[in-house]
Amino acid sequence: MTLSTLWVVAEPANGSFTTTSLELLSEARTLASSVAVVTWGEGAALAALAGEYGATTLYDVGNLNGALPAVPVAAAIASLVGGVGAPDAVLIPASYDGRDIAGRLSARLDRPVLTNVTGLSENSGLVTEHPVFGGTLTVKAKFTGEGPGIVVVRAKSFAVDSAGGAPAQVVAAPPGDTGASGTAMITASHVEERSGPKLEEAAVVVSGGRGLGEASKYAMIEEIAHLLHGAPGASRAIVDAGWVPYSHQVGQTGKTVKPTVYIACGISGATQHMVGMKGSKNIVAINKDADAPIFQIADLGIVGDVNTVLPALIDALKARA
Amino acid sequence: MNIVVCAKQIPDPAAPQSFDSSNNLDRSGKLILDEADTYGVEMALQLADQSGGGEVTVVSMGSGADVAGLRNALAMGATKAVIVSDESLRGTDALGTAKVLAAVIRRESFDLVLAATESSDGYTGTVPVQLAELLGLPSITFAKAVSVDGTTLKVSRQTEAGYDDVSAPLPALVTVTAGVVEPRYASFKGIMAAKSKPLEVLSVADLGLEGQVGPAGAREVVVDVEKAEARQAGEKYVDDGDGADKVVAFLESVKVL
Repeated sequence: MTLSTLWVVAEPANGSFTTTSLELLSEARTLASSVAVVTWGEGAALAALAGEYGATTLYDVGNLNGALPAVPVAAAIASLVGGVGAPDAVLIPASYDGRDIAGRLSARLDRPVLTNVTGLSENSGLVTEHPVFGGTLTVKAKFTGEGPGIVVVRAKSFAVDSAGGAPAQVVAAPPGDTGASGTAMITASHVEERSGPKLEEAAVVVSGGRGLGEASKYAMIEEIAHLLHGAPGASRAIVDAGWVPYSHQVGQTGKTVKPTVYIACGISGATQHMVGMKGSKNIVAINKDADAPIFQIADLGIVGDVNTVLPALIDALKARA
Repeated sequence: MNIVVCAKQIPDPAAPQSFDSSNNLDRSGKLILDEADTYGVEMALQLADQSGGGEVTVVSMGSGADVAGLRNALAMGATKAVIVSDESLRGTDALGTAKVLAAVIRRESFDLVLAATESSDGYTGTVPVQLAELLGLPSITFAKAVSVDGTTLKVSRQTEAGYDDVSAPLPALVTVTAGVVEPRYASFKGIMAAKSKPLEVLSVADLGLEGQVGPAGAREVVVDVEKAEARQAGEKYVDDGDGADKVVAFLESVKVL
């Protein structure tokens, strides 16, 4: 490995880091001799966890006092680059806040950003991999010029693997005055509750799309997911149409899932959707259009009307329960 | 209230995509207004209306001379459009794009900048926030509802778990998701009116950004393009009333049942 230092932006969540943050930490230490974490909010309390996943230093941006994270976190990183020097790259999870941190940091440091990354390697510098055209091609890219390069990595690109290291050394990294840019404040948070396993963690995901015909038919998706102890998902089309909450969306701008079985019901298979589920171990597709792109990646394809097949499937599963 | 909307003209997403010889997306065909941007245009028209009037300016950039997509935004009701159109823009990266848009928007008087969360062709998804940083504005991304109360912007912002209420003082930048509003169709009257609305075409030199755009300004290179390991299509059956049984048998074979 010839990379000397990578910084990983690790998003705090419920007393830990998000899973994608841990994936990035696990991968970073295989690429670079030194890994540091940049985090906020829970800061020092996560030093042991950061160390366990291979970070030697934890840069603590501190309490954001309700501000959206992007501006203060990017300001803190930019200030660190000026102080301790630039790492080879800053790795950032592809999440709502992660993407914003990357954009802010890129413009602030005048450094390029590469997004939608699903693989990293080292070959005289960091090499990023990007799936394009619905995942049919993989583009490999590199930064030129002065670092740090800024890399936004998609969820589930790497396995989580603990290194068992000592707690990271905590270094305060305050953002300083963020001016007018830093005035966006969170005034309330709303959680859209759902029962059963989490969409990203379920062994079975049953997703519905426009082919269901109307919002009330989504109840069939929920019932099958329940019968299979899985989670219900959705295509962007029916989320945009307001049939189901956004938290159900699988795809480019939604969640990335890799279950044992993914059952796509009435989903044609837009690139947008396939990027979020094509890593599933097994894919079942039910769609009345025999030419739907989803069939090109399905292990089992049923050409038929979901409004006939799904009720029969519900009956069959109930008979076994 | 004056609003700037960032919009992109993209190759028709229904047509197959390919790279040109420089590994840039082939944009030689007909370009259309990115559907993702129609939500921003509609949101801008509604917010301007609710504030009692004001200008809606559409801002865009591209390497070709196509303006049909921008005429479409004008036909929906936008006041005017400005496009930076220059062959030297081919191969410009996200930060370069944000620099060009920032240079155009600095010439405008505005209270709010709207953009889509990401384009439907390149989907880098960082340009709006890079733009906000260059303009020194607060930004709220992934808006599923937007309102303005005096000089305060209020947004419902999507999160992993649900949504947050977020507020910021104007001027500010917001990215809107598809579904935030229902974009109107251009009326015949709108289409006719759009033909005489101002549409300014600028060059990179007009903005003094030579050398910061195109491949020279982009500090990343494509080192390889390879075919991804393809997922093989498995068995496909036409449902004869036995579709559900086939699904059950499959679930058994992979030990989910």
